[in-house]
Amino acid sequence: MPVIDLNWTAFLASVLVVSTPFLLAALGELVVERAGVLNLGVEGMMITGAAAGIVVAIETGSPWAGFLCAALGGLGLGLVFALLTQGLQSNQVATGLGLTLFGLGFSALLAQGYVGVPAPTIGGPDLGPLRDVPILGPALFARDWVVYLGLLAALGVWLYLFRTRSGLILRAVGEGHDAAHALGYRVRATRVAAIAFGGAMAGLAGGYLTLVRVPSWTDGMTAGAGWIALAIVVFGGWRPGRVLLGAWLFGGAQALQLRLQAAQVPVPVELLSMSPYLITIAVLVAISVRRRAGGAAPACLGQPFRAGA
Amino acid sequence: MIRVEPRPAPSRLWNALTPLLAVALTLAAGALMFAALGVGPGAALRTIFLDPLFDPRLAAFSRPQLLVKAAPLILIAIGLSLGFRAGIWNIGAEGQYLIGAVLGAAAGLALFPAESRLIFPLMVLCGLLGGLLWAMIPALLKAYARTNEILVSLLLVYVAENVVAWAALGPLRNPDGGGFPGSRQLSRWDAASNPELIAGTGAHWGVVAAMLAVVLAYALFARAKLGYDIRLAGEAPRAARFAGVSPPRLVILCFAVSGGLAGLAGIFEATGPSGQIGIDFGVGYGFTAIIVAFLGRLNPFGIVLAGLLMALTYIGGELAQMMVGIPLAAIQALQGMLLFFLLGVDVLSRYRVRLGRARPADVAAAPRAAEAAE
Repeated sequence: MPVIDLNWTAFLASVLVVSTPFLLAALGELVVERAGVLNLGVEGMMITGAAAGIVVAIETGSPWAGFLCAALGGLGLGLVFALLTQGLQSNQVATGLGLTLFGLGFSALLAQGYVGVPAPTIGGPDLGPLRDVPILGPALFARDWVVYLGLLAALGVWLYLFRTRSGLILRAVGEGHDAAHALGYRVRATRVAAIAFGGAMAGLAGGYLTLVRVPSWTDGMTAGAGWIALAIVVFGGWRPGRVLLGAWLFGGAQALQLRLQAAQVPVPVELLSMSPYLITIAVLVAISVRRRAGGAAPACLGQPFRAGA
Repeated sequence: MIRVEPRPAPSRLWNALTPLLAVALTLAAGALMFAALGVGPGAALRTIFLDPLFDPRLAAFSRPQLLVKAAPLILIAIGLSLGFRAGIWNIGAEGQYLIGAVLGAAAGLALFPAESRLIFPLMVLCGLLGGLLWAMIPALLKAYARTNEILVSLLLVYVAENVVAWAALGPLRNPDGGGFPGSRQLSRWDAASNPELIAGTGAHWGVVAAMLAVVLAYALFARAKLGYDIRLAGEAPRAARFAGVSPPRLVILCFAVSGGLAGLAGIFEATGPSGQIGIDFGVGYGFTAIIVAFLGRLNPFGIVLAGLLMALTYIGGELAQMMVGIPLAAIQALQGMLLFFLLGVDVLSRYRVRLGRARPADVAAAPRAAEAAE
């Protein structure tokens, strides 16, 4: 058996990069679910963002314009979800699935003609002497802007949810929409705003895939990353800090799996490729066994709200 | 002033009309989309929806394809409709379809090149078992560990895709295939093939199975206590528990039926229209069937119509790709849009739109009516 020379610097760097789209999408969905809405369309919003991002980045030559449009693409699809579930009272599970099915087709349509075209990539901040720290420096302090944006977003979401009045209202809407409504808070408006945020974050996550991680387009390239992000929210117990941990864990598993494939270990490639999904399932099971009867999930998660009913 | 108020019970008229309205809206939105793609909307819609059935040159080939493509969609959607009615979400039918096909094909190929009338039935049985067992993973986890069945069933689709790739490149690879990936041609091996039963119709054993499934599902909901339990669990979960309906049992049952039917669809496809297990065996029937189930309003006969319409979009989509240069992805987007419109216009069957100010009596009655609708 060949000895796998695991280069720690490269491995840590790839964990940060691979976990970033998981983190961005999961943070967005975390806010959505805290507001009491279950949006299963993360995968669809993500891949729409991925397509919009690379098309705009290639056409304008600016990766930042690409990221902006990736976020707008995810947000647009999120608003469709908001219109259907909040405005027209449709079933959230079915609508989320619709978002995913539509997104997979729509994105392929949007990005046809851009398959395999390399995207202009972004740089990172100059963190000066921190880069020179042995092993950790090049891995942690020489990454692109969006990696750090993701970490800031985790902090920002935590501050917003647990340290601001508006975040408290959002959580109240998710825990008991009738009581929140009776107190005069605007349940529907809060939820629409949360869904829009979740869409933009999923779009950004998709943009990161096409503009940094890969960086080019192939049809269906999210390959379940949106669903794994949903699982990370459950894994994280609807808390931003644990969601960050979850993103690193899943990102680490994915990075390791890719590294083993590249090292040509004597294990079938298909087994390695399926391992992230198997690990996700195993983690979901472990959590549900430990946390009987739902536990920390927002009380109104997935339930429709009707004013005056 | 426009007001929207809940109906005491879903409107039967709108229940039947909303799928038609959704299709009309999708056609309109599709026309806009094709115009944006720079294709004449009239020509595009005609190529997709009319030419496969009526064009004198194409219809001879396309018409039989209608049943070929509709059969797996209907088989899978009928199974899904059971769970969807009970609020149990199996969205991994694509995975169950794939595993059914692989297990069924493996059972047959193990006996190659024997010629026996028993081989095909054995393969069908193994296909059913494969789908059923794959569905048991999310079902048992849901029933006994309360793990979210939506995520697990969906994630298993990606696992199943890798199993198919592994089988097509490894154990099931055709030893006489010159190193190309993919199994032996099952459709060219008499003992294992699933041929067209009536020439020119496209009807193979999968079509027969789909028709049987439709009739059985109708009987289940119209006559059997189990059908009543399923509806009760979906519409009033608390009442269902008081009535002694066991949620774990129902989860396992709904997954078993939908998984088994998806597995059947898979093995009929592998032995018939597709003919072999290749790397690209999955074409998304398991996902499109979700749209079929909703478009058919979870009603067995509605699902037949919806399955035929969706089959038409597949055939017309391939045609449009060749004739008008519309990418196949456009059809997938069109199918997704259909689901959006369907879910959106559903508001009409559950709510009433009224003009004018609310009368005091209405205001008092509304909350009670809303409770009754639950």
